[in-house]
Amino acid sequence: MDFSFTDEQNKFRKEVRQFLEDEIRQGLWEPICDSWIQGYNPGFTMRVAQKGWIGLTWPKEYGGQGHSPLYRLILTEEMLRYGAPAACHWFADRQVGGSILSFGTEELKREFLPKIAKGEAYFGVSMSEPGAGSDLAALQTRAVEDGDYYVINGQKTWTSCAYLAHYFYMVARTDPEAAKHRGISEFIVDARAPGLSRIPMIDITGTEAWSDLFFDNVRVHKKYLIGEKNRGFYQILHQLDYERSGMERIMGNYALFEAIIKFSKENKLSQDPVIRNKLAQLQIEFEIGRLLGYRVASVMEEGRAPNLESAMSKAYSTEFEKRLASAAMEILGPYGQLMPGSKLVPIRGLASHSYLGSKGYSLQGGTTEILKNIMATRGLGLPGS
Amino acid sequence: MKLTLTEEQEMLKKTARDFLADKCTKKFVKQMEESETGYSTELWQEMAELGWMGLVFPEKYGGGDMSFLDMAVLLEEMGRACLPGPFFSTVVLGGLPILDIGSEEQKQEYLPRLIRGEKIFTLALNEPGYQNYDASSVMVDATPYNGNHIIKGTKLFVPDAHIADYLLFVARTKSEKGVTIFLADAKSPKIKCTTLKTLAGDKLCEVLFNQIPVPKANILGQPGQADSAVQKIIERAAVGKCCEMVGNIQRVLEMTTDYAKERKQFDRPIGSFQVIQHYCADMATDVDGVRFSTYQAAWMLSEGLPCSKEVAIAKAWAGEASQRVLSLAHQIHGAIGVTMEHDLHFYTRRAKAGELAFGDANFYREVVAREMGL
Repeated sequence: MDFSFTDEQNKFRKEVRQFLEDEIRQGLWEPICDSWIQGYNPGFTMRVAQKGWIGLTWPKEYGGQGHSPLYRLILTEEMLRYGAPAACHWFADRQVGGSILSFGTEELKREFLPKIAKGEAYFGVSMSEPGAGSDLAALQTRAVEDGDYYVINGQKTWTSCAYLAHYFYMVARTDPEAAKHRGISEFIVDARAPGLSRIPMIDITGTEAWSDLFFDNVRVHKKYLIGEKNRGFYQILHQLDYERSGMERIMGNYALFEAIIKFSKENKLSQDPVIRNKLAQLQIEFEIGRLLGYRVASVMEEGRAPNLESAMSKAYSTEFEKRLASAAMEILGPYGQLMPGSKLVPIRGLASHSYLGSKGYSLQGGTTEILKNIMATRGLGLPGS
Repeated sequence: MKLTLTEEQEMLKKTARDFLADKCTKKFVKQMEESETGYSTELWQEMAELGWMGLVFPEKYGGGDMSFLDMAVLLEEMGRACLPGPFFSTVVLGGLPILDIGSEEQKQEYLPRLIRGEKIFTLALNEPGYQNYDASSVMVDATPYNGNHIIKGTKLFVPDAHIADYLLFVARTKSEKGVTIFLADAKSPKIKCTTLKTLAGDKLCEVLFNQIPVPKANILGQPGQADSAVQKIIERAAVGKCCEMVGNIQRVLEMTTDYAKERKQFDRPIGSFQVIQHYCADMATDVDGVRFSTYQAAWMLSEGLPCSKEVAIAKAWAGEASQRVLSLAHQIHGAIGVTMEHDLHFYTRRAKAGELAFGDANFYREVVAREMGL
């Protein structure tokens, strides 16, 4: 066991921090919470791409740097720590690229991975439907073969990064006769495809981070089917392990965590034993979450898929985030309800924003309940019902 | 960064697990709880022959030259097996402090015999009163007289004092700013030990010092300046306890998932019910949280890195998480789990004792608060 990083890895971390601190100092953006899903900034994504920091772990031949998962851990941990607006490239970098690498044809890899790495291809992830959330396999959107194309019809909801996306990764039913898990396929769809329309969703924080997507006879060439037809569900499970694998949920509200501690010290609130206890407990819980996240990276470093470990890390961390937002609101008292931009609002309104957003943390990307089912059945071997 | 054990550590783990599975059955544990000494001299000798006492001591004293992190693995297996006896007291509370701050003469005097399993040691730190886990609350008096220190006072919850050959203890000389660590012959008639009846059946004692003279040669380290040495001893002991607790709750998780797979009610294994599944998921999360925070602290201690914050985090978390794990284990086991016939109680009682030893969550939350600069 070794909890340290190599000199090279430490040097990389320092380089990332320096870059982000410089950007903040120049006033290019301000740290926010949930910056990976709400922080859209094409300029930032372009500058990150120029550093070679998108697709860090992908093979060099596809535009990546061929680094190990630990490097991506370091990079993303720092991005999140500084609340950097990485949403444009986050989903492509985190999971869609990996999916293409794992299951895509050579042609698909060459078409998309270099573009993603250059910061020129933003992806939204389009899985859920009004009738298919946790029960993703119940999805209804249909993809029917027509010569060299699939024709897609249906409605998707909670599609991430939709308003800026160049492409959507989406899932549709290709075999309505098969058992529901066995008739689903993954596609890449151009956001400008005829027949594809979008209605923004405004979430409880007042942010437009997701959209409804409507597919009306959208034609997609067969080459944009990822992997095997009808094997989409199993490919997705693999992708979801990576979606849940990162430091997002333990670091996503770091800006708030730092701010509330600083606020408490400056206003002498941390002398109050109850508040002191609360903050110390958050620090302990944060550290546990950090270690669980590191453990996931450690598993990936060994070349294993982090199934139980990702589910555990995400389930734990989103509950932490909820407690963090809750504790911050308690400490701020009536001031906590002031929204960003209000007169007298403390800590830039990070608390009220996260308080509202936290209601969704334990739902998006796998509800805590589903994750615990996975931990119990696939992780601990308990029998399914 | 690598969060798995080395090959050597895996081997140590396997050897320890197999040995203890054979020699430290629950029947044996019960016998030791009921016995007066609380340990078996035969098993003690076998452990010494395996090199366990000497594991982390330098070769020149007869030790194995391994690291604290290696011993963490051993302590975890001991926790898993509910190993009774004075190993922790002798090695972690006695030997390692002597190695830390003893003179070369003292090390030569005590360590080889400790390592050969010939002498038992322990440390007397806590005293009557509440919320007093560290050196600042030490009141046992050490008055200088005729080249000795005359020791008067009471120590509490001293593990294995009743069988110890040597007693390390922390006392305070009124004229000195800080505390002093002494070593005394535990068999002296001026030291009176009473074994307390504890929940975990571990042999914690009340120790009365009745004006026992202790020569200068038996002072460990600097007189009147041992506060930071005491802090280090407590930190290491706390992490050591955490290691035992990792082994404890890991085994509890396994027992519980096994039970959930086998026990049927309503024509199906209870492990197929979602609530039970979620309880097990929560237990697994707590076990891993304790594991990694404990091993992080153990690694930092091994590397000689300052780690008061990480130790505090590990011990605070281990205490509360293990309570959650045991509560859920009991809930899932149902009635059978609250009998003495079943094995769960061994783990429940020991987890509680571990939580209480060397500082609980409230104590360590304040340490974390200070480290955060709150």
